[in-house]
Amino acid sequence: MADVPQPLTKPAGATGRGGSAVLAALTSRAVIAPIAAVVVFLVLWELLVWANGWPDYVMASPSDLPPAYAQYWELFLIMGWQTLWRTVVGLVVAVIFGVLVGMVMGFSRVMRDALYPLLVGFNAIPKATVVPIVALLFVGQHDFNTVLIAFMISFFPIAVSVSIGLSTLEPEYRDILRSLGASQATIFWKIALPKTLPEFFGALKVAVTLAFIGTNLMEIVSPHGRGLGALFDSGKTNSNYPLMFAVLIALAFLGIVLYYVVVALEKIFAGWAERSPG
Amino acid sequence: MQNLIEIKGVRHAYQTQSGPLPVLDGLEIAVPEGGFVAVVGPSGCGKSTLTKLVAGLLKPDEGEVWLHGEKVKSPRSTVGMAFQNPVMLEWRTILQNVMLPLEIVPTKMTRRQKEDRARYLLDLVGLAGFEGKRPSELSGGMRQRASLCRALVHSPEVLILDEPFGALDAFTREDLWQIMHQVKEKEPFTGVLITHDLRESIFLADQVVVLSGRPARTQYVLDVGTTGTRDLDHLYTAEASEMLATLRHQIEVAQGRAPAEPEQTATPDLPPGSAAQGMA
Repeated sequence: MADVPQPLTKPAGATGRGGSAVLAALTSRAVIAPIAAVVVFLVLWELLVWANGWPDYVMASPSDLPPAYAQYWELFLIMGWQTLWRTVVGLVVAVIFGVLVGMVMGFSRVMRDALYPLLVGFNAIPKATVVPIVALLFVGQHDFNTVLIAFMISFFPIAVSVSIGLSTLEPEYRDILRSLGASQATIFWKIALPKTLPEFFGALKVAVTLAFIGTNLMEIVSPHGRGLGALFDSGKTNSNYPLMFAVLIALAFLGIVLYYVVVALEKIFAGWAERSPG
Repeated sequence: MQNLIEIKGVRHAYQTQSGPLPVLDGLEIAVPEGGFVAVVGPSGCGKSTLTKLVAGLLKPDEGEVWLHGEKVKSPRSTVGMAFQNPVMLEWRTILQNVMLPLEIVPTKMTRRQKEDRARYLLDLVGLAGFEGKRPSELSGGMRQRASLCRALVHSPEVLILDEPFGALDAFTREDLWQIMHQVKEKEPFTGVLITHDLRESIFLADQVVVLSGRPARTQYVLDVGTTGTRDLDHLYTAEASEMLATLRHQIEVAQGRAPAEPEQTATPDLPPGSAAQGMA
């Protein structure tokens, strides 16, 4: 589930020719290619269901989805928003916590040796088993619980990437700045932090999808009727199979949106790390 | 003349798991203001430790390092450094990379002046027109030139060069040797060059210090006898060959491959003026 699709990168070397025509061509390719892929996917899915003659309780086909969306449109908006904001909050907490832990581990060997087993052990625990514990621990705090699980499942890659980024800083950088009398804080802001950004964004792309898993685990398992997970669950209870598939697709859509937000942030803050191919 | 850099009886050891590892044991180096010393010696003999001591990044266990009549206790901004690996901040342009020290060292310069200073230096090393490029767009030699500009941008009294040309091809290296002389003429500094290249040492420096094997002490000091700019042809004179032969021999002694005193083995100490046979 943590698989991350390859980012669609524009060929950066082609900017020299200038002109809006080139830009438009690039944009169209970057937009048309993924859309075409989605269309092909939907057609194959439809064909698969049609060829096997599956009824919608075995597997819904894409053509079953629009009615489901139309019928529950308002629920999709409300629940989708609930899922989205809780995922984003969980992710933000994961970024803050993960960066802090990564900094501690990146700058101190002792802390790295001390914390790694703990972190790995914690990460190895399936979060589905943590969900009932958390639900019992903070009974009724549904928003809090959901954010907590989203955070717990997604901070690990961030912490690890930041710590690796910081601990692999070439000693020459440090020597040059220290020989000029720079403080540790200056070295962090001027060099360590920007140098770690590419690794950080790589981890964030993984964390985005993980956070969605966390949010939905809580929404499905814990009966509070909030979020797309709850909508999925109600589809299941009411044997409304097209609704269940519609939720899955909606989740995928939200995941893609958030993923591309991260890609856009990466372009802004760490675009320098992307080299032109060849 | 007062010596700008003075290293007196420096001893230093690194703490390792199997006990202290002495790297420097009785180091004596004196460089007058505007002088240029090259330090050569077997690999792993503590040359890089020496640069850290001069830069104030390390404190010696024993002995003293003096810069401009002051004992070095902590890093000082009157030092510029360039390394074999010309690390550049990939997210900055070349110009911004060169200006980095000016963001750290206290200075009264305006932003405009800082930029002009960086542009001037880049022009001096032949990188005019590359100010806006990213480091990844430059060749190794060009990056090393930019690294040199960064080391000089805050007008340091002392320039420490830790094998800066070691990773470059022979032609690029000779190119940069000449650029070094041009730069020193326009931007006077007192230089410490760590190198493995004996030709480089006598081409750039006024005195060459040979360190013994680890733990290193000053084993031999060669007076190059020339100061300031010189020609590459100078390297192909009998005089230069003789110096190279002497240094070569001293390195062999430092490596423990030749006896120190009775010098009638492989590379004899040549009487002045005679042709030398061995080139480094």
